[in-house]
Amino acid sequence: MRSKFRMLATGLFLAMVFLISGCSSEQYIVLDPKGPIGESQKDLILISTLLCAVIIVPVLILTAIIVWRYRDRPGRKAAYKPEWEHNTKLEVTWWSIPIVIIIILGAVTVYYTYKLEPSKAIASDKEPITIQVTSMDWKWLFKYPGEDIATVNYVKFPEDTPIRFQLTSDTAMNSFWIPQLGGQLYSMSGMAMTLYLQADEQGSYYGSGANFNGEDFAQMTFTADAVSQEEYDAWVEEVKADAPALTMDGYKELQKPGRSDVQLFSSFPEGLFEQIVTQYVEEGSSGAHSHHGGGAEASTDEEAASDEHASHGAEETEAANASHEGHAGH
Amino acid sequence: MWHKIKDFSSEFFVTGDPLILGAQVSIAITLVAIVFTLTYFKKWRWLWTEWLTTVDHKRIGIMYIIASILMLFRGGVDALLMRVQLAAPQLEFLHADHYNAIFTTHGVIMILFMAMPLMFGLFNIVVPLQIGARDVAFPFLNSLSFWMFFFGAMLFNVSFIIGGSPDAGWLAYPPLSELSGSPGVGQDFYIWGIQISGIGSLATGINFVVTILKMRAPGMKLMQMPMFSWSVLSSCVTIMFAFPILTVTLFLLFLDRYLGAHFFTLDGGGNPMMYINLIWMWGHPEVYIVILPAFGIFSEIVATFSKKKLFGYKSMVFALMSISFFSFFTWAHHFFTMGSGANVNAFFAITTMLIAIPTGVKVFNWLFTMYRGKLSFPTPMLWTIAFIPCFVVGGMTGVLLSVAPADFQFHNSYFLIAHFHQVLIGGVVFGYFAGLYYWWPKMFGFRLHEGLGKWAFWFWNIGFYVCFMPQYALGLMGMTRRFNEYDFDMGWQPLNVVSTVGAFLMGLAFIFQVWQIAHSIKFLKKETSGDAWDGRTLEWSIPSPAPMYNFARTPVVTSQDDWWEKKQRRLRGEAELPEVAAAEKAPLEPIHMPRNSGIPFIMSTCWFVAGFGFVWDWKWMIVLGLAGVIISMLARSFSYNTDYYIPVDEIERTEAAARGAH
Repeated sequence: MRSKFRMLATGLFLAMVFLISGCSSEQYIVLDPKGPIGESQKDLILISTLLCAVIIVPVLILTAIIVWRYRDRPGRKAAYKPEWEHNTKLEVTWWSIPIVIIIILGAVTVYYTYKLEPSKAIASDKEPITIQVTSMDWKWLFKYPGEDIATVNYVKFPEDTPIRFQLTSDTAMNSFWIPQLGGQLYSMSGMAMTLYLQADEQGSYYGSGANFNGEDFAQMTFTADAVSQEEYDAWVEEVKADAPALTMDGYKELQKPGRSDVQLFSSFPEGLFEQIVTQYVEEGSSGAHSHHGGGAEASTDEEAASDEHASHGAEETEAANASHEGHAGH
Repeated sequence: MWHKIKDFSSEFFVTGDPLILGAQVSIAITLVAIVFTLTYFKKWRWLWTEWLTTVDHKRIGIMYIIASILMLFRGGVDALLMRVQLAAPQLEFLHADHYNAIFTTHGVIMILFMAMPLMFGLFNIVVPLQIGARDVAFPFLNSLSFWMFFFGAMLFNVSFIIGGSPDAGWLAYPPLSELSGSPGVGQDFYIWGIQISGIGSLATGINFVVTILKMRAPGMKLMQMPMFSWSVLSSCVTIMFAFPILTVTLFLLFLDRYLGAHFFTLDGGGNPMMYINLIWMWGHPEVYIVILPAFGIFSEIVATFSKKKLFGYKSMVFALMSISFFSFFTWAHHFFTMGSGANVNAFFAITTMLIAIPTGVKVFNWLFTMYRGKLSFPTPMLWTIAFIPCFVVGGMTGVLLSVAPADFQFHNSYFLIAHFHQVLIGGVVFGYFAGLYYWWPKMFGFRLHEGLGKWAFWFWNIGFYVCFMPQYALGLMGMTRRFNEYDFDMGWQPLNVVSTVGAFLMGLAFIFQVWQIAHSIKFLKKETSGDAWDGRTLEWSIPSPAPMYNFARTPVVTSQDDWWEKKQRRLRGEAELPEVAAAEKAPLEPIHMPRNSGIPFIMSTCWFVAGFGFVWDWKWMIVLGLAGVIISMLARSFSYNTDYYIPVDEIERTEAAARGAH
């Protein structure tokens, strides 16, 4: 019985190793970032894993040693002290070890939390491109206010340029995630969130909606292509020349629940994004929505940063650039 | 007329799915079989007088455990269906809407109708025995709590065959859970099922806090209480503060759906984000509610099977209480990606990490309880040993998730799924299994077959790692939770197949456990000593199963691990301490006991009727149900014959029969 069992266990283990090694390391897209935000997040993942490992690995080894050494068997040499139940030095030690580790990890976390605040602009000598993203039932609508084009379930932008994604939802909440560029942010109805991302190299990146929003949620994947500036400009020209326009009626068509293929539009109704964001704001109300409805003046996106006094201290100069222009909107 | 009935039933019953049709048929057959068996063996009266009306904490505990094992089966089948779909999405085994319903019910059932009742079952069976009490503080309320849980759970489960299951996720975020997102009745079943059972949970929390504070045996100071009782106290205090939040949140959602209010709607000034905050203010403490008692169980088992005092008792108590406190200040870590800004995220990241400190200390204390101990490894101890590495790793991935900016990459991915299954299975389920194996002889008076138990143990453990380790990798590959299908190009399939194999290994493990129980009942190995594991605490000082009054004489407690100390004194041949000896020699006195009552069962049935009425908006049914509830309350208020005394000669007979066996 025992040997059969061992064979089964070994077989399973080997099968697992085989299958895992069958997947190439490129598939671990979270650990294979192609932009500054994703890079920093990967660094943070590695730092925190290491810090945790400092405490976890010894504990695992200690567990194995103690369980083995103190098992009950005839003629064992290990000591047996049934009344030994307290030792101030030892207890102080293992209160302090996790406290020290958590202080270090906490400091690192706080530093990165401010550094990677999603609405913080990425330092670059290039002007950021704004892309307005709307999650719908069950498709992504991307609008380029600068270029006056729109796409569905497909997004393209030049490499090495900060992209300012403005996220909202025309339906239940979703979460906008392009793992190789950086972490996700919720797209929520009635407000516009800002997420800065940048691709450092050309490539075709997987994007998805990471928060369940109903029946065909799994269909909300899209491709994000980072290309050269020339290629991007050519593509914009091409879309403007060849694709149909997105009309208000066309948008109503998109609102109908259902999946969608990639679509391209040469223009879109002016102020559509602002309209989506502010659709629930009632005349004269000053509720939670109108506060977040900073999206009404969609460029006033830095409310998170300004609310949190991010302009204190070291971040002052960077944040100031990005946030102050929008304050008039509040 | 015929058409009307046909229309009605096609809306009323879930139709058109062969899987559900199969389930409907098998449920009908099972019900008929149960009714037939009860009638054939003339067991209806026995069922009513011995079980349905009982206020005995031990029997209520057993009913909780039976219900939770049934729910484990259903939640487990849900899990296996999902794993089949994810291993081969090309086959379209489950359609999107069906898949969405299944992950919703899997989550609700496993947390609220499996983990919670299994926990309450162990509370009920163990706590009064451990603190030397005759019953809980409010036995009638205890019975009511159980039946409220039971009928709430049934109301939720019935949605599977009648009306359709909820499919907005286990926490039912609006607007998906609003009328706009879920026009069907599934979401109403969700609200009422959880509301009704939630009242039961809250009452249980209060009941055990009072029991532990007021009903300890004379001499038992708080700081001498067994660690499991401490963990129950910390868990129940958390329940008292957390469950009202759940009740209010779901009530507001109900108002939105039923009366057209706008608390959480997109329009009319509502805010769905408020719901997300509120539900997690309950939801996060909830996971500590279920894990804290598991910590208590491990503490008992480690000490017993190391034959050594629990190391760092005061540290352990402090750790339990601080976890219970901090659990209320971490909720926003469930949505760092909501963009609340760096200050909020930094605050909640730090509070979350803080919880790792007392948890880590507990692990060290368990390790140093074993250090210089004399370890033996029967099944309860095996589960405990398996728990430590599993929980340590799961805890570590939890700390990784608490690093807010990194969480932007982990959130809602399979990394998160793997993490919370590792702490909930590796912590809560392993813990409750350990407790179940440990106290089984005390509950039933016979031992479980160790060999089959070990098979189950290994299948559970290997199955667990095979199932969930690949999911960490899948998360790092960008696979998002709640996907019912994915592109083959993503390269996720091989690991998903491995994961599914692991899930089925755990399914096999469950079968081994059922076999183990059946086998042990058939070849009954009576446990007559009352002290199956050479235990340390009071529950092992009385016969197994405990007589209905628990302790013939109220014990007098002089130390922590009182029963162990007493056995040591006997071994050393010392004279018994005078106050203990006096209590033991005192003449038996009639024991004051609560009378059985049918009111909790009837009142909960009425709640079920009212809830069902609310689900379908049948006014006559709502009125009928609520009227029944009020009448039950009045009946209870005016019943004066609620207690009785067990005469001394009956106690003598019972004790002689129980003690005479050895």
